[in-house]
Amino acid sequence: MTALIEIERLTKRFGAFTAVDDVSFAVERGEVVGFLGPNGAGKSTTMRMLAGFMAPTSGTARICGADVVDAPVKAKRALGFLPEGAPTYPEMTVSAFLAFCGRVRGYGGKELAARVADAMARTRVEGVRLQPIETLSKGFKRRVGLAQALLHDPPVLVLDEPTDGLDPNQKHEVRQLIQDMAPDKAIVISTHILEEVEAVCTRAIIIAHGRIIVDATPRALLETGHTLDIVFRKLTTGEAA
Amino acid sequence: MIAVLRRELAAYFATPVAYVFIVIFLVMSGALTFTLGNFFARNQSDLIPFFSFIPWLFLFLVPALTMRLWAEERRLGTIELLLTLPIAQWRAVVGKFLAAWAFCGIALALTFPLWITVTWLGDPDHGVILAGYLGCMMVAGAYLALGAAVSAATKNQVIAFVIAVAACFVFSAAGSPVVTEFLSANIPMLADVARALSVSDRVNGFTRGVISARDLVFFASFIGFWLFVNTVVLDLRKAD
Repeated sequence: MTALIEIERLTKRFGAFTAVDDVSFAVERGEVVGFLGPNGAGKSTTMRMLAGFMAPTSGTARICGADVVDAPVKAKRALGFLPEGAPTYPEMTVSAFLAFCGRVRGYGGKELAARVADAMARTRVEGVRLQPIETLSKGFKRRVGLAQALLHDPPVLVLDEPTDGLDPNQKHEVRQLIQDMAPDKAIVISTHILEEVEAVCTRAIIIAHGRIIVDATPRALLETGHTLDIVFRKLTTGEAA
Repeated sequence: MIAVLRRELAAYFATPVAYVFIVIFLVMSGALTFTLGNFFARNQSDLIPFFSFIPWLFLFLVPALTMRLWAEERRLGTIELLLTLPIAQWRAVVGKFLAAWAFCGIALALTFPLWITVTWLGDPDHGVILAGYLGCMMVAGAYLALGAAVSAATKNQVIAFVIAVAACFVFSAAGSPVVTEFLSANIPMLADVARALSVSDRVNGFTRGVISARDLVFFASFIGFWLFVNTVVLDLRKAD
């Protein structure tokens, strides 16, 4: 079985600055990869390239075998992407926004309605379905963004900080949701919260200054005898020195 | 593409933008026609005074529509969402453009009382009036495509507006006697180019009821060119 996400020697430069430097990894079905790193380490840039938003300077990324540069529409069909900050159209209602995303994805009629209803149920936003998104709290906005990513039940999910801004209960719910979906998807989440990696991820990739410095299971990291916190600090600041 | 068009069009009416635009457009076009245009005193049953002001009104109003098209998406970050949906980039560009164009069409259609007035008072040539409306749509399309391309280059709506007005003005003024006379006196080669690129020159034909293939081709290629520029700019400047 080939991996659902394949990233090979991915590099992104902005002028003289190298944001992502020769990053390679693959994610199989059933894996949940926690993408960790300090701010500015290149997490979002990597995810944006994987989602086909930014073109890589060099290297390739494939989703379900489709190259994100050569076959962008095919790759995007197989992908659910939650961009950083979960951007949504503020003046639209929750259900109108999700229906728009569904329509762009080619759904219509009953199937569209069913998919929107299902995505709203899974992310628990039915209660606010007719409210304009701008009137919602940060937690709801994030979940609407998540609903958009789940709408088409994609085999690959790329979620940039899915639990940012949620309260502890909501965080728990989102983690539960990710775990429930994990067996038949390949999922990449970026996060600052190390306990989240322990809770939901089967693998942790730590990135600093655009390079992968660790690619291991959370258990293996813990077996070094330290908490994940200490491991993280040692690895990411050690690199800077 | 249809989904993008629908969402954009709905977005106009979800905010006061649509209503402010339509009201201002109708008031200004009506007022200009009856005052400066001497609608009654001319004693002719046509809409030439009305059509002659439309390109100048659009010069300011159309950039107000286009300034948010991409700049707003960039500011909100929704550009990242839109461009990671499974839709080719040019479709998103064309969808947005068509929505704005349809909106201009609605605003123009709402000037129908003028048409009724002139029909009631006299016996106008309806073919000429239809051609005039077509010409107005062409100008709107040209300015919209230009404005949208400018909007794609920035996340600041004010900058998008000012630059779009300036750019539209260049293409309107290019055919005015002041510019062409100056150019033919100094740089004769450019005078023809300026006249050929002038949007306002082209629209005069429509107002007189002449729909020429040359003018239609001009507008189609003008719009096509700027939509292409829009797509390219978007590709180059996705994130800041």
